[in-house]
Amino acid sequence: MNKIEKAKQTKKNKKRNRLIFRSSILIILFAALLFAVVSNLTAEEDAVVNIGDQAPNFQLKQVATNNETAMKLSDLEGKGVMLNFWATYCEPCEREMPYMEQLYPEYKEKGVEIVAVSVDATEIVIDNFVDQYNLSFPILHDKKSQVLDAYGIRPLPTTYFIDENGVVVERVLGELTLERLEGYLKQIEPK
Amino acid sequence: MNTITCNTCGHLNKEGTTICEKCGNPLDNDQKGKLLNMRYDGSSIRSKTKNRSIIDKIWNFFSSVKIGVTLIAIALVASALGTIYPQQMYIPRSVDPSVHYRDQYGITGQIYYQLGFHNLYGSWWYMILIALIGISIFIVSIDRGVPLYKALKHQAVKRHPNFLKRQKLFGEYKDYSVDEKKLLISKLKENRYKIAEKDGHILAEKGRFSRWGPYVNHLGLIIFLLGTIFRFVPFMYIDDYVWVREGETTVIPSTNQEYYIENQEFIFETYGEDEEDAVFEEALQNNSGPVPKHFETNAVIYQDVSDDIVGTEAELEEIKRGEIIVNEPLKINGLALYQDSYQLSEFESMSFKLHETTDEEEEAIVEFTVDLTDPKREYKFENGYRIELNKYYPEYELDDGQPRSISNYPRNPGFVFFVYGPDIEEQEASFLAIGQNIPSGDNQYKIGLTDFSVRDVSGLKVRKDLTLPILGLGAFIFMIGVIQGMYWQHRRIWIHQGDEKLLIACHTNKNWYGLTKEIEKVIEGTSFKMVEDQENKQKQD
Repeated sequence: MNKIEKAKQTKKNKKRNRLIFRSSILIILFAALLFAVVSNLTAEEDAVVNIGDQAPNFQLKQVATNNETAMKLSDLEGKGVMLNFWATYCEPCEREMPYMEQLYPEYKEKGVEIVAVSVDATEIVIDNFVDQYNLSFPILHDKKSQVLDAYGIRPLPTTYFIDENGVVVERVLGELTLERLEGYLKQIEPK
Repeated sequence: MNTITCNTCGHLNKEGTTICEKCGNPLDNDQKGKLLNMRYDGSSIRSKTKNRSIIDKIWNFFSSVKIGVTLIAIALVASALGTIYPQQMYIPRSVDPSVHYRDQYGITGQIYYQLGFHNLYGSWWYMILIALIGISIFIVSIDRGVPLYKALKHQAVKRHPNFLKRQKLFGEYKDYSVDEKKLLISKLKENRYKIAEKDGHILAEKGRFSRWGPYVNHLGLIIFLLGTIFRFVPFMYIDDYVWVREGETTVIPSTNQEYYIENQEFIFETYGEDEEDAVFEEALQNNSGPVPKHFETNAVIYQDVSDDIVGTEAELEEIKRGEIIVNEPLKINGLALYQDSYQLSEFESMSFKLHETTDEEEEAIVEFTVDLTDPKREYKFENGYRIELNKYYPEYELDDGQPRSISNYPRNPGFVFFVYGPDIEEQEASFLAIGQNIPSGDNQYKIGLTDFSVRDVSGLKVRKDLTLPILGLGAFIFMIGVIQGMYWQHRRIWIHQGDEKLLIACHTNKNWYGLTKEIEKVIEGTSFKMVEDQENKQKQD
């Protein structure tokens, strides 16, 4: 190999090394940037369980119905689950409850279960509420706010729509209308 | 890569080099007579080479000091804008921000809100701006620091006479003795110069490490920025809040339901209770309410040792107990609980008695206590009376004439009682709340409040910050860099051994005055005249 070829070869190598060096540094820096921005935006939403996540399993006591046994989320595998976090003192929750009751029988037939987790401090207020609205779907009592904490719930109501495999399909912060509710319930009908 | 051939020694220099790497002859032939630009010691700045690929173009964008300064200027202006009106987190939580800014600050407030300045420091564009500054600092440092390091490490002792002639401080000497030259060198040594010699040519240098100051400084800055990014990792940083009522055990948020806290007692003291507070009497009288002096929570922290799924009864094992006082947190595993706030006197239980409406003595027929944390539905008595708690509103309010509760907490409880008894046909209902006792009709019996108990609620901040050591390290390195660059100077003196003449040139990266003084000291006692300041001479001409 003559001198010129050698020089060309080293130049080529240098060029390649420089490209690799610069690319890797830029990739690392932009990855850090992306991480910071994405984390910041998701932190604002303040929820731990997001769309696409596996819904964390939990077990809570059923209240206000004749069946006072504990219910596990995993018991409902194979069914679509609408998981509604609510409280009796929350007015938007109160407004959407009748819609849930209205659609419950139809969608129960189709394999969708509605589960309402109340974060009220006392059972008596839940009992009164369920009586007042004649609710027939299972009501669970999260007295110690453990499930609330596990799901990272901030505003009430927050509703999760979970498919038959336990994957969160939709998460709704705030009140639902009848039309929207029905749309989401259709999404989680088991195939 | 293109090269520039030095026309004196024939060395191939990289494109962009302004001073020959080997012999030190200036390569900018068109600029003769002017002083040399000694920035980066005349070495080729990496990014100034030709743009080739997209990667090179991005690299060159960030390596531009102009771009860096522009980014910093934009960030500065944006940060200032964010302080014109309060940020969203500082306005009352109950108000709608879109209305608040317009009402409080008029049209400018509305513009402020609509441009998104009400949440400026957490906005995506602000974060990207800061991150771009970080990237710029990083790339600029590599781009300038590495060539400078190489240029100084491999610098030639012998420099071309033209190099010396174009330095700011320069002197030419014809009549000198060899001994005098030796004396000069030994005096330079005395002044802690490092001497390098080649064929009679001398390079005396000191304080080179001061040139790394800015790069050390940038390294510290980058570590600091990384530390702030780590705040988004939940393992590194937690900032949460928990309210815990006296006697209650509740889960500590952000710990994956692993830790629980029990509030055994909340102690609240105000000024004026002790005799020694008498000195504050006047000040206290000017204050409408009681002034808190001390508050603390006697807390027990438990760990849930069961592996059961969320929501099942926790198996709690005590791991720590102690007082939480302002500025004296209780710590577990790097997680600190700080005393932050309190709510005094929330109702815990209420006691009632049943008496005949007409009985002026209000003699109790039955007495019962409603535990507001877990009220029972029915209260049965042996004498045949039965009281049903039909409705319970923890924080009662009238909403369109309908009673409802606006929260979970018994701050203003309201009750609907049904009374059943041997001499009551169906039932008698009455509504009770603080200051209210409304019978449903012509009731034979009346329920009256006899007693109540209250408890306090303690508000605790839940904090974990493992990024602090990183931030501290970054700030420390930053400071080292600043000191290194500010308090030392990189001084060089070249002595060129000509055929007849001796050329002396001096350079420093800053503090020319100090260098001049030092040279005066060095040539003292020799016949060398003081070097001339060519910059001043040019100006005077």
